[in-house]
Amino acid sequence: MAENTHAVEFRGISKFFGEVAANDNVNLYLDKGVIMSLLGENGSGKTTLMNMLAGIYFPDQGEILINGEPVTIKSPRDAFKYHVGMIHQHFMLVDVFTAAENIILGLDDGGKHDMNEIAKKVSEISAKYGFDIDPNKKIYDMSVSEKQTVEIIKVLYRGADILILDEPTAVLTPQETEKLFKVMRAMRDDGKAIIIITHKLNEVMEISDVVAVLRKGQHIATVRTSETDESKLTEMMVGRKVELNIDRLDVKDARPRLTIAGLTCRDNEGVAKLKNVGFIAYGGEILGIAGIAGSGQKELLETIAGLRHVESGSIIYSPEGRSPEELVGKTPMQIRDAGVSLAFVPEDRLGMGLVGGMGMTGNMMLRSWNRTKGVFVDTKGPKKLAKQIYDFLEVKTPDIDYPVRKLSGGNVQKVLVGREIASSPSVLMSAYAVRGLDINTSYVIYNLMAGQKAKGVAVIFVGEDLDVLLELCDRILVLCDGQVSGIVDARTTTKEEIGLLMTSVGGKEGKSHD
Amino acid sequence: MDFNLIGLIRAAILNGTPLLYGTSGEILTQKSGNMNLGVEGLMFMGGAFGLCGAFVYDTMAGDAALGAVAVVIAFLCAFLAGVVGALIFSFLTVTLRANQNVTGLALTIFGTGVGQFVGELMRIRVGGNVSISNGLKGAFSGSIFPEFMQNIPVIGPLLFNYNVFVYIGVIIVLVMYWFMNKTRKGLYLRAVGESPATADAAGISVTRYRYIATCIGGGISALGGMVHTMTIAGCVWNHNALAGEGWVAVALVIFCLWKPLNSLWGSMLFGGLLILYLRLPIPFLPTQIYKIVPYIATAVVLVIVSMRQRKEDQPPAGLGLNYFREER
Repeated sequence: MAENTHAVEFRGISKFFGEVAANDNVNLYLDKGVIMSLLGENGSGKTTLMNMLAGIYFPDQGEILINGEPVTIKSPRDAFKYHVGMIHQHFMLVDVFTAAENIILGLDDGGKHDMNEIAKKVSEISAKYGFDIDPNKKIYDMSVSEKQTVEIIKVLYRGADILILDEPTAVLTPQETEKLFKVMRAMRDDGKAIIIITHKLNEVMEISDVVAVLRKGQHIATVRTSETDESKLTEMMVGRKVELNIDRLDVKDARPRLTIAGLTCRDNEGVAKLKNVGFIAYGGEILGIAGIAGSGQKELLETIAGLRHVESGSIIYSPEGRSPEELVGKTPMQIRDAGVSLAFVPEDRLGMGLVGGMGMTGNMMLRSWNRTKGVFVDTKGPKKLAKQIYDFLEVKTPDIDYPVRKLSGGNVQKVLVGREIASSPSVLMSAYAVRGLDINTSYVIYNLMAGQKAKGVAVIFVGEDLDVLLELCDRILVLCDGQVSGIVDARTTTKEEIGLLMTSVGGKEGKSHD
Repeated sequence: MDFNLIGLIRAAILNGTPLLYGTSGEILTQKSGNMNLGVEGLMFMGGAFGLCGAFVYDTMAGDAALGAVAVVIAFLCAFLAGVVGALIFSFLTVTLRANQNVTGLALTIFGTGVGQFVGELMRIRVGGNVSISNGLKGAFSGSIFPEFMQNIPVIGPLLFNYNVFVYIGVIIVLVMYWFMNKTRKGLYLRAVGESPATADAAGISVTRYRYIATCIGGGISALGGMVHTMTIAGCVWNHNALAGEGWVAVALVIFCLWKPLNSLWGSMLFGGLLILYLRLPIPFLPTQIYKIVPYIATAVVLVIVSMRQRKEDQPPAGLGLNYFREER
């Protein structure tokens, strides 16, 4: 093997989606035993580039070299042949299969189907890199972090030497992220080449050896992590200097806006999703809500918005200059009209809140259709609003009537959040508002939230990134298994404290059962 | 009125056998994620071409015709007709990514039409009802076991006194169960039906699995039409005889929760329910009431299953969804 053989090399790679160049003449390489962060804004072509390495997309121009040899990767099967494994952002697992069954999917090893043999090999890999997994557990019984472990074992089982992780930490707790990084370092020391896509700059600095930055489909630079810092990276990513600061004003003259007591609700199967939840959200304050995915965050917001049946408890809403009223028992429409607004960004982004086939204008109309009288709808107002959001949030769309389904995820979110803020609510609830958004757009949204707070709105912000919660919020409510595990002051608490609260009620160590 | 339990069970099994084929074929299809609503059409095609094959052989071979050969020919003709029908469906949905429900309904209309055309054409050519010679009929409806086994009390009539298709059907289902649950390829097939994106990312060819499963499944479904025509309908083309069989088979797939083994007793149950009005008439109760019972049973199963929410009882998660790798 020649001295300068790279594990992976992209040469002049371009990929077009219609007229849009997702990747434009990308030249990039990666060596063995190196962790590389791939950094870039939404739509900068990171995932597209990696998908070409993993065989999901096929490049329109250019060539890919693996260990110095030019290769043609036409399908994921080809990718395995060259020992490339990708852990996708949305897990590629079959829910009703066990871990072991998922791991052997698609393998061509003579059709042997000895599950004991497979379980043994899985245990070997687990021991080598420090995983903890039961090969016979069904995927639907697993936590997010366990599912991710299965994904990683899946590619290691195939003997992958080049691993791609697409936003692996987006859904993990700080402790789980630490565990993942430990595994990644073990894999690096084993001589594997690892590419991680992430939006979190602190993680980039912590885990990677080199950082490659993409902007608008072009490769801007590859730098050593030790020779750069967060603000330099951001500048490369965005193409200009940006201030990544959130103006967190002190809370003054806070008045209770929502007083919630003893809130309990169950899902359709009768499982309690919220257990005796009580807290007060103040006007002019951002209340962060943290918790492991599925701890009741979604249910809490839906209950307040009137979308869920409340078993017991009360939600007292005290708008400014009006007498307090009880929200339990009101319809979602009444609650919305009272000024409680919900901007929920679900995992699939389009599931709730937006109609994929409609353009921005049409989606704006979904909030105002019942305000116009007569048979015909008023399109002028929504059109104006759509234009405002388009300009202000820099939504990348060919036209404001272009179906939102076809926009990239980040842009869809801008449309959704922009519309909710435009209705000038007095309580603004948002869940995962920046999920999958790049750093620049995220800060636009954070500052929108901060702006709402300054106006005296009670903001409830469900977030995944604890660093952001710590920076943005005034107080953080931690949910654990549907219960309020604790409410902490965001200015004085630590990530570790919140992490503990997330895994056990009251944050007692040793009681964790994740 | 005397009520004969053994007789009822026998009738249920005989009447349920076409459903067993129709359902097990459709289970295989749906496990790959293809929702082929064209079973009705496939069964019509199977019935018409199966009869046609046996009839042509009978006419050509004359007195030298062998029963076993006629059975094999009818079997192959029906199976191939089903494969062709399912191939059309696969091409439209897998390759061209047409909506599966619409394509399935179109296949029902197409298959019914083709079946009727072939059947009526034979009728007009012959100038009366198409039928094959009595000697050959015996090969289709007679038992394959020796006389003394059939004469064992209770066990004889219950186990050994059926036509060959009953046993073949059971074997097909057992093989299908073994394939889906015990082999690597079966695991991959289920993965394709549950999550095509996952299967694809794991290097499994979604297109190939869907084509093969749908075509073989379609062939097996079509055999159901042939079995119905050659046994229950007595080797005679009757343009109404098969009406509705395919739809009961589709309902039965849901009733069986997509599990091949369930189709063994499920088809017997539905087969029995469909003829209960003949065996257990209740005065003043219209026969139509009897005929809706299978559908009510299916609805009840759906309600129970959705209340229990067991993941294993749910339809394949990718059912009805076409897959395109580069979709964004």
